[in-house]
Amino acid sequence: MNKILFAFACGVLFAIGLVVAQMTNPAKVVGFLDVTGAWDPSLAFVMGGALTVFGFAYWSSQRKAAKPVLDDHFDAPPSRGITWELIAGSLLFGFGWGLSGFCPGPALVSAGFGDVRVWIFVVAMAGGVVAFNLTGSKAR
Amino acid sequence: MTIANFTPWSALAGGAILGAAAALTWWGLGRIAGISNIFGRLLRFEWGHMGWRLAFVAGLVVVGIVAKLAFGERIAFELNAGAWQMVLAGLLVGYGTQLGNGCTSGHGVCGMGRLSPRSIVATLCFMATGAVAVFALRQGGLL
Repeated sequence: MNKILFAFACGVLFAIGLVVAQMTNPAKVVGFLDVTGAWDPSLAFVMGGALTVFGFAYWSSQRKAAKPVLDDHFDAPPSRGITWELIAGSLLFGFGWGLSGFCPGPALVSAGFGDVRVWIFVVAMAGGVVAFNLTGSKAR
Repeated sequence: MTIANFTPWSALAGGAILGAAAALTWWGLGRIAGISNIFGRLLRFEWGHMGWRLAFVAGLVVVGIVAKLAFGERIAFELNAGAWQMVLAGLLVGYGTQLGNGCTSGHGVCGMGRLSPRSIVATLCFMATGAVAVFALRQGGLL
């Protein structure tokens, strides 16, 4: 139960960060990717702020804690090297990101704003996940 | 190239807040706060992990709803894409993040913060095609 409440709080804080940074505004994200037009560098600052805080926390925890507070081990992603799946998947994701101005986190937050097109995006995103689960998961 | 709508302070502050959320997720749960991973594995119905993943996603959506109720039109939101564009984009984001094992949060923030070479490559890839997509929209008069 503690774990579930804690995860909820993490989701809330993460979303507050996205709203404050205006990453829940797709036009803002498109502005960052619009390098040949009217460029808005804000997203680089969002990443910079997030990277600094997370990086500091991660590297200090690596030295001190043996396990997280609410679980029995740290679940770091295994390193599989740089594979074609990594590159192809990221290229596809990026194209969808640019087409819409949405990556998964901001889409789930702004789904709460009420615009039907965001719900359409989230349903399609779930469809993409399911399509992968049905076809591509063997490639992992 | 011109610079427009640049908001460095709110970007830094928001980034630091979501970085703190990712740090708490790591310290508390021992998990990477990668949204595509949390969302994707929710749809793989990994029993035993459904609770915290659902709770995390619920936290995201609840903030959207509360922010809209509390601040209304003051929450900036501008979307210049039609329904079919959103369908295509959603499919690409859903499939691509699963194949590539991460998105802006998992690779862009957490992976880069961990100095993972995989995440650095992934981030360069999705930023590149993101820029290509926006360039294509601009050329096509859709922006």
